[in-house]
Formats: sequence, C-alpha cells, structure tokens
Amino acid sequence: MEGLYLAGDSRIHRLPAQVKVVAALFFVLVVVTTPRERVLAFAGYAVLVAAVAALAAIPPLRMLRRMMIEVPFVVFAVLLPVFGLGERVTVLGGVSLSVEGLWAAWNILAKATLGVAVAVILGATTRPQDVVGGLARLRLPALLVQITGFMVRYVDVVVDEATRMRTAMAARGFTARHLNAWPAVARSLGTLFVRTYERGERVHVAMLSRGYDGSAKAWSLGTSPAGPTVWATGLALPAAALAVAGAAWWSTW
Amino acid sequence: MHIPDGFIDAPVAIAAGAVAIGAVALSLRGARRELTETSAPMAGLTAVFIFAAQMVNFPVAAGTSGHLIGAALAAILIGPYAGVLAMTVVLSVQALVFADGGLTALGLNVVNLAVLATVAAWWVFRGVFRLTRGRLVVAAAAAGFVSVLAAAGGFVVEFLLGGTVPLAGDTVAAAMFGVHAFIGIGEAAITALVVAAVAGVRPDLVYALRRLRSSDPAVSPAAAEKVTA
Repeated sequence: MEGLYLAGDSRIHRLPAQVKVVAALFFVLVVVTTPRERVLAFAGYAVLVAAVAALAAIPPLRMLRRMMIEVPFVVFAVLLPVFGLGERVTVLGGVSLSVEGLWAAWNILAKATLGVAVAVILGATTRPQDVVGGLARLRLPALLVQITGFMVRYVDVVVDEATRMRTAMAARGFTARHLNAWPAVARSLGTLFVRTYERGERVHVAMLSRGYDGSAKAWSLGTSPAGPTVWATGLALPAAALAVAGAAWWSTW
Repeated sequence: MHIPDGFIDAPVAIAAGAVAIGAVALSLRGARRELTETSAPMAGLTAVFIFAAQMVNFPVAAGTSGHLIGAALAAILIGPYAGVLAMTVVLSVQALVFADGGLTALGLNVVNLAVLATVAAWWVFRGVFRLTRGRLVVAAAAAGFVSVLAAAGGFVVEFLLGGTVPLAGDTVAAAMFGVHAFIGIGEAAITALVVAAVAGVRPDLVYALRRLRSSDPAVSPAAAEKVTA
C-alpha cells in the first residue's frame, strides 16, 4: 500500500514513524483546544505546518490536492453562516448571515484544515508499513498491530483482485447503472470476501511454518527506535504550537 | 464520511477517545475467544476486505452512488469483538495513512462506526436470527439497517454534547436520521446480499452461523440447510 506516501529523504521522512504519529497527534490536540477567537494563534499554526511541509519537500500543489478530502466539510462550513441560528449581520448589501454561524464556520475550517494538513504530511513522509512498525514500538497491543499489519500488507493485493473482478464483469458486458445491478455487485463482493479470507488462511499457514509467532516485534523489524534526541526533535512541532498558543493567550488577540 | 478535527469540541472528543480505548480493550479480550480457530490474520484480511468494499460504489440514481460502511458485515462474518477491532483498524489506517478523518476525532469515529455500529448490528442480527428461526438474509438486512442508524445516533449524541456549530439539535437529529434511514436501506440490502453470497459458498466462514447454530437449539437444521442450499 502506498497511501499518500511521497518518496523522499528529508529530515521529516527520516524521523521514526512513532515520533511523527505522536507529534502529529499532540499538535492537532493543541490546535483543537485553542479557542476559536484566538485568530492569530491559528495563523501561527499554519506557518508551523507550512514550514514542516517545506522541510519535507512536499510540492504545495500536491499538498493541496491531497487535502481535498475535507471538501464535504468545507461545503458544510460555508453553509453554516446562512442557516445558523442567533444574532445576524448583513454584509455585501443585503445578505444576512448568522454571527455564531460565521464563527463556527471559521472554527471548523481552521481546525479541520490544520488537522488534514498535518495528517497529509504524516502520510506523505511515512511509509504505511513504517506506521505499523511505529505503532508496534508505541506498545499498541500485539493483536491490533497484527491486524493493522496484515491490512497494510494486503490492501493492494485485494484491491487488485477487486479490480480484476470488475474488469472481468465489464468484459462480460456488465454495467452498473441501476438498482438491479446490486445483486451482481454484492455477489462479487461475497466472492471477494471468500477469496480474501482463503488467501489469509494460506498466508497465515505459510507464515507460521516460517516461525511467525504473532508478536508485535515481527512488525517493527526494519524500523528504527527513537532516542531522546530524536523524540525532542519530533516533539518540537507540538512544543512550538504550545508556544504559539501561549503567546496568543497573553496577547489581546 | 469521517468526522474531521474541530467539528466536535475537545472535551467530548477526548472523552470519546477514552470510551473507544475501553471498548477496544474489551474487544481485545473477547476477540481472543472468537479468533481461536481463525486467528488474527483473518481479522486483518477482513479489515482489508471492508476497506476494499468501501471503495466499491453502488449506483443509487442518475449519477449518484453510495458505498458500504461494513460494520454489520464485519460483525456477522467474523464476530462482534473481532469486527470492532477490524473496523477500528480500518478507521485508524484511514486517519493515519490517508488523512481521512481527524486524528483527534479518531475516538469519535471509532465509537460511531466501529463500536456502536458493530455492536448494534450484532445484537439485532442475533435477535432477528432467533425470532425468524434462522432466516439469515432477513437478520443480516436488519443488522445492516440498524448499524447505520446506530452510527448516526452516536454522531447526534456527540453533536448535542460537543457540537461547535450553531444549529438546533433537533434539526440535526432529524436530518441525520432522515438521511441515514435511506443510507441504511442500501446498507441493509448490500449486507444481506453479501452475507448470502458468502454463506452460499463457504458457510463455515460466517461466524454468525458457526456460533448461533451450535449454541442455539431454536435454530432448526432445516433452516440452516435452506440458507446454505
């Protein structure tokens, strides 16, 4: 599975996955707990995110395209001032907007956008299998690590299988245009499940025969541990966000 | 569609994170029992299947299409505990690898789509399966329908507790349940069709059949044969 990964050798790419996951989570936590009225703080966060994206050498256009995943919520946020309750203001000669709705829209847009941006950077600089290794190193329960590991490893195989099935159906003249296509699509999904499961059985038996014991350790092979310096480097991002939040708190903005 | 960061306020999101961790811990204990014969890779491959199935679009009407959530399917195929884990992993990978769903909203998304949807689906499936004396398709459809409403219900409660949006709670609730009743019909149909397809080929792979047939004398062998036929 590739996910959003963009091959590279930046300092962000080289940080161990476990550090990046924790740093991203803390950063977003700081962002979502910032009161929406502290407008300047969000500008500070945006600068931090842009700096990290630049360090990771992610092309801005690519970054923006990958952030499109939040578009449904952007549409929702844009509609809020129109349908929101409470006190209203009139702008642009006659359009009546809800004040509370405007604040709420800003709140969602700012926080969701920063959250998506950080997640896109995480995905773009971390290979999915390294995320699994990082989760193992963060002491996630072994069973969860295993499930995540198998998912990441076999997504491409199964998606390819699904694509082949769809191609075969198309070759037989199948087009999914109507409700009456459902039984055929569902039957192919059923077949996909059986094939996926049977593949899992074969793979598991093969792994057992080579000595796989289901421990989380098997999944963190090839990933690097993080020493205190590396952790300090990674956690500089949420620390800087905290500093920004503190500065915004004391200023009148 | 997954909740992004900042949509629900931080205290509620963090509380949901705690609930999610508790539910996952419980599921880890329960899954050891469910997974004895099938083992963890199967839950992983089911997570892959759910992920792939969510990418298959079903045509609804001119131009629009919908996709499966898959919680009911997971509960019926591999059991409620392993189902919760598989759905949790799907959501976590979507958040961590695909930037889909906020990192701080992961707890909210897990509670709605992995825990509430899966558990509600399992209870409804078991109840209907017994009531109808083993009508697999009917029970699967009911489970699919209820799983979507349960997830929507979870969202509505989270919204009422910590929504950052000035909309009236009853409006949101009405809109959510109204829309999701429709989505639920689709989920019900697909879940039932897929479960029937799997049960037709490899009934031994369907956890619900293994468990409910062996432990429940109310399910007659005749009904069981009808499903596998």
